[in-house]
Amino acid sequence: MAQYPEKIKVAILGSGNIGTDLLIKILRSDVLECTRFVGRNCHSKGMLKAKEKGVAVSDKGINEILDNPDCCRIVFDATSAKDHLQHWALLKETDKTVIDMTPSKIGKMIVPAINLDDALDNRNVNMVSCGGQASIPLAFVLSRTCKDIEYIEVVSSIASRSAGMATRINIDEYIENTEEGLRSFTRCDNVKVILILNPADPCIDMQTTLSAKMPKPDIEKLRAAVFEMERAIQAYVPGYSVIVPPVYENNRIVIMVKVRGLGDYLPAYAGNLDIINCAAVRTAERYACRMQDALVGAKHL
Amino acid sequence: MTDVFIIDSSLRDGSHAIRHQLDRRQIESYCAAAETAGVPIVMVGHGNGLGASSLQVGESLLTDQEMIACARGKLSRSKLGVFIIPGFGTINKDLGPAIEQGVDVVCVSSHCTEADTTQRHINYVKEKGKLAYGNLMMTHMVSKEILIDECLKMQSYDVDGVIIMDSAGAYITADVKERIAALAGALKIPVGFHAHNNLGLAIANSVAAIEAGATILDCCILGFGAGAGNTQMEAVVAILNKMGYKTGIDLYKILDLADMAAKELFTSAKGIKSISIVSGLAGVFSGFVRHVERVSLQYGVDAKDVFFELGRRKAVGGQEDMIVEVAISLVDKQREKRQ
Repeated sequence: MAQYPEKIKVAILGSGNIGTDLLIKILRSDVLECTRFVGRNCHSKGMLKAKEKGVAVSDKGINEILDNPDCCRIVFDATSAKDHLQHWALLKETDKTVIDMTPSKIGKMIVPAINLDDALDNRNVNMVSCGGQASIPLAFVLSRTCKDIEYIEVVSSIASRSAGMATRINIDEYIENTEEGLRSFTRCDNVKVILILNPADPCIDMQTTLSAKMPKPDIEKLRAAVFEMERAIQAYVPGYSVIVPPVYENNRIVIMVKVRGLGDYLPAYAGNLDIINCAAVRTAERYACRMQDALVGAKHL
Repeated sequence: MTDVFIIDSSLRDGSHAIRHQLDRRQIESYCAAAETAGVPIVMVGHGNGLGASSLQVGESLLTDQEMIACARGKLSRSKLGVFIIPGFGTINKDLGPAIEQGVDVVCVSSHCTEADTTQRHINYVKEKGKLAYGNLMMTHMVSKEILIDECLKMQSYDVDGVIIMDSAGAYITADVKERIAALAGALKIPVGFHAHNNLGLAIANSVAAIEAGATILDCCILGFGAGAGNTQMEAVVAILNKMGYKTGIDLYKILDLADMAAKELFTSAKGIKSISIVSGLAGVFSGFVRHVERVSLQYGVDAKDVFFELGRRKAVGGQEDMIVEVAISLVDKQREKRQ
C-alpha cells in the first residue's frame, strides 16, 4: 500500500472511546491520514489525546466538516445513533464517504470478513456493532454450513469501563442493529441479542457467545469453517480468537470467542473497541485504495 | 399508611426456581389470592425480566405478553409490576408493549455500576405516568460509596425508589446494615432491599435493612427464587407485624397465599442446597445454580470448583455462557494434571 504518493484524508466525528481509539489506529495506517478530530469539548480526554498526537481538533461538531469541505474525503461518525441521523442528512449533500460506527440502521452493513467489497458501492456504510462484528461471521459460517437453523442467539459481555456514554445511551439501538445484522447476513429471522456490561475490576475481556437451535450438524466440517473464518478475522483483528470451538449440547450449537484489544486507547480488555474499529479502518483503507487508484489512473491518462 | 412497602416478586424471581415454567392458571390463581391478601405490588415475568427468555438464561413457558395478560386480569387494587434489564429487553420490543398492556410499575435494573444504562428506560416509564423503581444487581461487588453514586444517578432520573439487590446472596448482616444506612442517609427517595438466601440470611438481612432505614422489601412467597431463594414473604410480613411495622398486608391471608402457592406453584422441595452456599461464598449470581449443576454433570467436573472459578472471574448475571467455558477449562486442567 505504501507505493501511493499521498494518504487519503479522513475526519473523525466523536471524541469518545470509539473515536479516540480509532484515531490511534488511523495514525498507523499507510493510506489514511486523520486531518480533523471533532468533538464538542476541547478539554475532553479524547481531544487532549488528539492534541498530544498533533492532530487538528475542533469543538464545532459536524459544522467543522461542512465549513472545510477539503479537509477530508472519508468521515468516521463515532457519535450516537441519533446524532448520526442529523449528520447523514447533511453529509449526504456533500461528496464525503461516511463510515458509521453508531447503531443507526442507515447505511449498508459491512463485516469485512464477509462483504468488504460491497462497501465500495455505498457512500454510507454501517459497522453494525462490536458484538455484531464478533458474532456475525460465526453466524454466517453456520448458515453456510448447516441447514434448518431455527434460532440464533448472541450474548456479548464487555467491561463496564470500555462502554462510553454513547454506548450506554444506545443499548437498545445496539440490540436492534445487531439483530438486524444477524438476520440480514444469515437469513434466519428468529434472532436475539443480549448485551452484558460487567462491572468487575480488574476488567473482563470482551467475550461473545453464539448459540443456535438446530439439528446436530457435521461438527468437524463446521469447526474447520469456523477456524477458517477466525483466521480471516485475525488478519484485521489480531486479538480475535475462538475460545470454545463449536460444541453441540442440549440441542444447540455453542461457539465462544474472545477479543483482546491492541491496547491503543483503552487497555487490552476493551476488545469491543478493537473489533469494530479494526473493521472500520479495514473498510476505510479499501475505499482509500480505490480513491488512490483513481488518482494514479488519472495521472497516467 | 404503611411503614414497609412489600414488592412481591414470587412470579418473577420465583420463576427461576421453576425454570420459568409458570403457566396461565398458576399466574391467575396466585394474582387473585395476592390481591385478596393486600399485597401492594405483584411482579410477573421471566426471572431476568422482559425480553430475557433465551437460551442464555432459560426460556419461559409463556411469553411476556401472555404472562402480563394473565396477571392484569386478576389485579385491580394490587399494582402489576414488571422487571427489565437494559441489554436484555428494549423499549421498542418489550417495555413499550408491556406498558400498552397496562402494567403499573416497572423495576428497571442494571448491574451495580451501570445505573446510567437505565436512564432512558426509566424516563420512558415516567413519561408514561407509571411508577419506576431503579434496581441495582450484584451490589456486593462494590463499595457503599460507589453504590451511593449510582443511586444518586437513579434519583436524578426521578425514580420512585431504589432497590439494592444481593443477587449472589453474598451479604452477611453487617454488610447490609452498613450499606443501607449509608444509602438511606444519602438519598431523598425510598430505599429497598432484595435478598437471596444462599447463606441462610435472607430474612435476617431484610429485617436488618429495615432497621437501617430501608422502607421497601422485595420478597417471594415461600422464599422461592433463584438459587437458594429470596426473602420468604409471609415470614418477613409476620416478623414485621411482630416488630410493630405496618405492611398493609393481611397476615392470615398471606399465610393462606403461601399454602396455596405450596400446592399449586412451587411444589419442589425447598431448602439451601450446598451448591447454593458455594454460590453465595463465591459471590456468583444465584440463578446460575441450575446451569452450573447441568454443565458440571455433563463435563464431569465438581460444581463447587465451577462456582469458585466463576467467582474468581467475576461473572455477573447474564453471563451464564461462561459456565461452559469454565467447565471446559477445568477439564483441561484435570487432563494436564494426569499427564
